[in-house]
Amino acid sequence: MRVEEHPIINFTRGKKVNFFFNGREVEGYEGEPIAAALHAEGIKVLRHTHNKNRPRGFYCAIGNCSSCLMKVDGIPNVRVCVEALREGMHVQTQSGRGELRDNN
Amino acid sequence: MLAKTGVPTNEDIQKVMPTEKRAEQGPVAVMECFQKIPCDPCFTACPKGAIKEFSDINDTPSMIESKCTGCGICVAYCPGLAIFVIDYTYSDDEGLLKMPYEYLPLPAEGSRVETLDREGRLVGTARVVKVQRIKGQQKTPVVWLAVPKELLMTVRNILGGGISCGG
Amino acid sequence: MITTDIVVIGAGPAGLNAAITAASMGANVLLLERNVLEGGQLIKQTHKFFGSKAQHAAARGIDIAKALYQSASQYPNVTMKFGATVLGYYEDGVITAEHHESIITIKAKKYIVATGAAEKSLPFPNNDLPGIYGAGAVQTLTNVYGVLPGKKVLMIGSGNIGLIVSYQLLQAGVQVAGIVEAAPEIGGYLVHAAKIRRAGVPIYTSYTIKEAYGTEMVEGALIMQLDKNWQPLSGTEIDIPVDVVCIAVGLTPLTELLWQAGCKMKYVPQLGGHIPVRDENLTTTVSDIYVAGDVSGIEEASAAMVEGKLAGAAAASSLGYGSGKFAEIRREALAQLAELRSGPAGAKIRKGLKLLVG
Repeated sequence: MRVEEHPIINFTRGKKVNFFFNGREVEGYEGEPIAAALHAEGIKVLRHTHNKNRPRGFYCAIGNCSSCLMKVDGIPNVRVCVEALREGMHVQTQSGRGELRDNN
Repeated sequence: MLAKTGVPTNEDIQKVMPTEKRAEQGPVAVMECFQKIPCDPCFTACPKGAIKEFSDINDTPSMIESKCTGCGICVAYCPGLAIFVIDYTYSDDEGLLKMPYEYLPLPAEGSRVETLDREGRLVGTARVVKVQRIKGQQKTPVVWLAVPKELLMTVRNILGGGISCGG
Repeated sequence: MITTDIVVIGAGPAGLNAAITAASMGANVLLLERNVLEGGQLIKQTHKFFGSKAQHAAARGIDIAKALYQSASQYPNVTMKFGATVLGYYEDGVITAEHHESIITIKAKKYIVATGAAEKSLPFPNNDLPGIYGAGAVQTLTNVYGVLPGKKVLMIGSGNIGLIVSYQLLQAGVQVAGIVEAAPEIGGYLVHAAKIRRAGVPIYTSYTIKEAYGTEMVEGALIMQLDKNWQPLSGTEIDIPVDVVCIAVGLTPLTELLWQAGCKMKYVPQLGGHIPVRDENLTTTVSDIYVAGDVSGIEEASAAMVEGKLAGAAAASSLGYGSGKFAEIRREALAQLAELRSGPAGAKIRKGLKLLVG
């Protein structure tokens, strides 16, 4: 859920954009962290851990704790609490450690 | 006690009450600030010199009640939202309370609102006399409430915004 | 490679003040900040600050961030890079940073590390469930991005962050089920506590969180009372159904760069963990590295701002800038810090700083 009216803050949001969460089209605002856009859509489970398959959300929101790692446009281990949302992004819940990209 | 509950006790409140003589003369500030913390905006905000200059910034404020006009500027400036203005001379049976209120929606002037005490418990209703914006602190509106005189030192909030009744 | 007089790492209250002060004395400053927004944690501080005029008292953190940024922007000798994460400090005094997906190398004569702090976690069963966040993280989500964390929150910790975030959640229209505090007394400023009590929020002192529960996300928590010896009292459990649990049990300095640079560190629990040993001018044991703000020990933002000025002035002065100005800035800063730390609320900080000597 988003705050529309606030006693102290005037929120300035970017352009409304569509992106994909596990293939499903959802909405967010350009430039906001991916995790914020997902939260606004009610999505709190961002990945499952490699060892015990436990669900994880974000924890620190400053790119510090690595709780919020997701696969973004095919790249695993993206800290979505600080990664800016762009139009058309493909965001996927990550399971396990994530495969490193092969640059060759 | 305050440090355990977050609610000032009657004993705490007695220490900051204006004298009976001063209270009978019209609006006056009650500074519900009981803890030594480094903070002095009430002193710099008061245009009447009614708050003594801090010799140590950690001191709790000390008021010269004869100089206070109950204007409410300090109410909007206090970072702790700990200052209220009380006026026992407002009408025969009602007193006027000025309190800081940083929630939405703001109550409409003339409307009746449910009032809460220092623990968020319902204590009755009040009429909203005015919603005042103080220059420099527009985002801390000062709400003026006409409340029964006997509740002037009890009412400290109104129901609304994200506030839920404390039961 | 970029070369400059002074690199300031972190554009929060300490770093911005360090950059402004050093630039005002004539030094060339490069300010690096990993966030894309300026102001560090000020960007979510919607409450009015304590302190006195010199530390912007009664202004809101969000407005202080803007004012400091504008002030820094006015200096032609200040360059700022946002979205720039410093990755490493090398033995030849060079640092590397990631900026816009490329690596830049920088060599400065002096470094001011103002990297701030991170929130601590708390061990209890199911503390990893989605819906359990650092309180500051929820503050960022709500106040910077205008997104609510959920409907009903349980706050763990009654320090200033726990109290302030609870208040700000109420302002955003989120219910707060209660604040849980293991200590017998409230940790933060009592005016903050009074403010949320009169909004109907209970504060459970001498209580702790026993466990959280839920399958995919948190659905509630059990809290229980502690006795005089901080031992749980059986039969005192209270089940509190909530969809959000916020952890506000303190901060720990972000000191990675200082360790890497070989600065002597000391464990001072009163100041949040391992902090750099430094002199009164905030010079670490690596003479080209200064520190300011929470990275040098957890305090209020007002103290961070003053420390920033002091470190900025000390670094600029060591390079021969601002002849004569330093003594005055130093005297003022030290007097302000002494004042901010002098009251009962500063007792823990004073104790911690005493441990740091030697």
